[in-house]
Amino acid sequence: MSEETKTDEPPAIETTTVKVDGREIDVPKLTADWQGNLVPTTVLQACEHAGIEIPHYCYHPKLPVAGNCRMCLVHVGMPGRPGPDGKSPMNEDGTLKIDPMVLPYERSTPKGVIGCATNLVPGMEIYASSPETKEMREAVLESLLINHPLDCTICDQAGECKLQEYSVEHGQAESQFAEHKVHKPKAVDLGPRIMLDAERCVLCTRCIRFSKDIAEDDALGIVNRGSYNTIATFLDTPFDNNYTLNTVDICPVGALTSKDFRFQMRVWFLKETNSLCTGCGTGCNTVIGSRENTMYRYEPRENDAVNGPWMCDSGRLNYKWIGSEDRLSEIKGASGWATAITKISSKLEKAPSGSVAIIGGARQTNEELYLLKKLANKLEAITDSSPRMGEGDHLLSCPDKNPNSTGSRLIGIAGEELGSQLKHIASGIEAGTIKTLIVFGDDVTKTGISEALLDKLDLLVVSDILPNATTAKAHYLLPGCAHAEKRGTFTNTKGRVQKFMKALEAPGDARPEWEFLHELVENTTGQNGFSTIEGLFNQMAGEVEAFKVKELTWAKLGDTGVTIEL
Amino acid sequence: MPQEHKLLLKYADAPDYSKDLDCYERHGGYQALRQALGMKASTGADGNEVTAQAQLRKSVLDSGLRGRGGAGFSCGLKWSFVRHPNPKPVYLICNADESEPGTFKDKQVIYKDPHQLIEGMIIACWANHVNLAYIYIRGEFTEGAKILNTALAEARAKGYLGKDILGSGHDLEIHIHRGAGAYICGEETGLIESLEGKRAYPRIKPPYFPAALGLYMCPTIVNNVETLCNVKHIVEMGAEAFAKLGTPNNTGTRLVSLSGDVKQPGYFEIETGKVTLGELINDPNFGGGLRNGNQLQAIIPGGSSSKVLRAGETFKVGEEEMDLLDVPYDFDTLMKIGTMSGSGAIIVIDDSRDIIECLANLAEFYAHESCGQCTPCREGSLWMNKALHRLTHGEGRAEDPEYLKHIAHNIQGRTICAFGEACAWPVLSFVDKFKDKFEEKVSA
Repeated sequence: MSEETKTDEPPAIETTTVKVDGREIDVPKLTADWQGNLVPTTVLQACEHAGIEIPHYCYHPKLPVAGNCRMCLVHVGMPGRPGPDGKSPMNEDGTLKIDPMVLPYERSTPKGVIGCATNLVPGMEIYASSPETKEMREAVLESLLINHPLDCTICDQAGECKLQEYSVEHGQAESQFAEHKVHKPKAVDLGPRIMLDAERCVLCTRCIRFSKDIAEDDALGIVNRGSYNTIATFLDTPFDNNYTLNTVDICPVGALTSKDFRFQMRVWFLKETNSLCTGCGTGCNTVIGSRENTMYRYEPRENDAVNGPWMCDSGRLNYKWIGSEDRLSEIKGASGWATAITKISSKLEKAPSGSVAIIGGARQTNEELYLLKKLANKLEAITDSSPRMGEGDHLLSCPDKNPNSTGSRLIGIAGEELGSQLKHIASGIEAGTIKTLIVFGDDVTKTGISEALLDKLDLLVVSDILPNATTAKAHYLLPGCAHAEKRGTFTNTKGRVQKFMKALEAPGDARPEWEFLHELVENTTGQNGFSTIEGLFNQMAGEVEAFKVKELTWAKLGDTGVTIEL
Repeated sequence: MPQEHKLLLKYADAPDYSKDLDCYERHGGYQALRQALGMKASTGADGNEVTAQAQLRKSVLDSGLRGRGGAGFSCGLKWSFVRHPNPKPVYLICNADESEPGTFKDKQVIYKDPHQLIEGMIIACWANHVNLAYIYIRGEFTEGAKILNTALAEARAKGYLGKDILGSGHDLEIHIHRGAGAYICGEETGLIESLEGKRAYPRIKPPYFPAALGLYMCPTIVNNVETLCNVKHIVEMGAEAFAKLGTPNNTGTRLVSLSGDVKQPGYFEIETGKVTLGELINDPNFGGGLRNGNQLQAIIPGGSSSKVLRAGETFKVGEEEMDLLDVPYDFDTLMKIGTMSGSGAIIVIDDSRDIIECLANLAEFYAHESCGQCTPCREGSLWMNKALHRLTHGEGRAEDPEYLKHIAHNIQGRTICAFGEACAWPVLSFVDKFKDKFEEKVSA
């Protein structure tokens, strides 16, 4: 990895010239396939380079090519077969003779090729917007719609449906269909999280290919024949792996819907906010869909450096707590933020050196952990984060269930092994040398610091989002924000520093931790730091060695983050 | 008087002929295999060595043998698409999934002379460096599968199969695989998927040409039963003599399945192109004419998917004006008159039949057999079937002929496999040639 990242100039990309709608463009000869292997560029990809979208249902850049929907049929011109001299037929002016493709048995009829599986051929001309191509698309779309229930009014996919979109762009207003529609199973319970409406399905097999080739769970298939084809699981085996909800994302129509989201909200009302999944150390990029301060769904946001276009089901459904009734929304120990911060500051100022311990949960952001570290430096406090380990898998789920263990290590809250200081903190409290404990986002009673030990403290300052045994013991309880309610960055297990944006307002008194930590640090250390997240990040990036090497700035992180060396 | 020319069916129906190995050997069986295995490498014009196998492949190419499954593609050319030596194993599959409606020719060989097929296969496997081959047999041929298995066991016991066949150093095993009753399994890539244990969804070509990425993604040759039998005869007769049978570019014999409204339906073996459609239907040596004094209405000349021909049609073939019944039964002339000889199945329809009912029946078959993988065929085949049955149930509309053509036109040439053509062509041709009958149907 280091070799690659150090190379400034990417290797030269070999290109070839292709004519799209009469315009010559240069396109790379090779393009990455679904597994990342370089293979010859296809007609569909060449058109993408030309800025022309070839409509498609079954093709997905991260899945094996199936070629079944025929929506990407394009009329093309090809050089003629080489003659006995091995040369292709030429025009009089010496250029390669290009013949628009026709049916071999009916030479008056143009023949299309599927853009997704047809490689570029030197000299090829792509008639991406020709009447012939348009006619082929209209015909495929008409076929797809004849047996479709046209129930957009109650369909969850409405607003983000490729049948709708392509109908607008490439369809006809009327169908000639004069027969009875095929009826297929509706509201089929495919698994604990997925519902199938077989009548809406266009049988593109994206879900089948995803399950088999990405999730490695060959759970879905097709039963029956012809127009009666239906997606199904084997007998009554439920479709239940930790990635099933991705099939809802890639389903181009409303056939597969999420039980969690169906009938909850029309998608066009949703505000979309770039965010991150906090379920584990992978840091899958997400989009939060919210309306009127309520979150309705997570969707994966494509980032090839992290999660590709996928995310796991447990991560995706891990958002209900954000809007939970239980949320900590009141300050305990003081009548308002100003008083609380002043009181805590004055107590900390008086704390003898070495008598303070700080546990900064690895669910806090880089910026928050950085501010806690500043506090720790001033107070000469012992610090740590609690480890939260679980099971990982072959795809995205990481055994480290903290979203920011790496950040905690790099910033110096935790050592190489998370939690290695916890027993020293526990024995310090036991021995009475540690009198003050500051806990952010961690229930320490679960990681070796019992409630009895917490009772021995002179001062317990806790910030968290939901109540737990530690918050119950707090002398000062500072309600914090869910990531969806603030901005900040996490560093994933592979060293990807990524930022997330604010989608929702926090409940009651709750404030972004970095905001009040900034005040606490200013009061305690006398140093006035940055009061914006951008400034704070840039300040941290200038001080934390791993970030400094990459000259990170908030702006530089972009939407998909930057990988630093670990 | 036109005659049959029996090459493949020389012995099959003889009263004293049985399907066991002894009988086959008494009739000269497995001599062609010995002959092939005895071939020696030679030196080519360029001074390079030409292996015995390459010579045999060249011989099959020179014989002009065209595939008997339906497409009529040059067998030698098909074989030449496999590169030798190949880093992967090369497979050969005998397509015995005879399912094109009207076709019952391969069955004759399988049931009556199984060793002829096996000998042809062993030679073809040797010539193409194949050590493992399969016979994919139509599920309904339960008895055929048993017969072939018995024959394979006999051949194995005699050293025609297995390790070091007849001391040649060539190893070969052949397995029988029974289909489960889907027409699409006759499409070679659908067949390969099915053989791999999957749903018989034909593969997209490119990239999955069997010669490069066939069975288990290895180079694979898929040949029809009749085609493989012919390989034995090419070895026996020599390419030149074989090429003299039939007519130029339409060499050898063809097994013709004749069905429908003729007095003597059945199978016949003819020299390709030496017998006309009219003779096949009317000659006492063949169909013997129509029944009950009925008149000819239509001919489906090459299995149910070939385009229909209407009685009384005339065609211009080259400079020649030709009546339908004078059309020689071969590959090229039928293509020139806008249809095909396909699997060699001629379906005769007399004037007592409702032609729309006939088409509706075909459409029902195709709607039932469409695998449903790709959109135009999946949706279009059932759509046409519904429209045609609406017509036959008295609910026809004046616009239906054009409506049907619109649907069929949007299928042909736009699908993954040739099933698109197979279901579109009957509709396109029936509508074109029997427009008056559609009009009658609508007004009735």
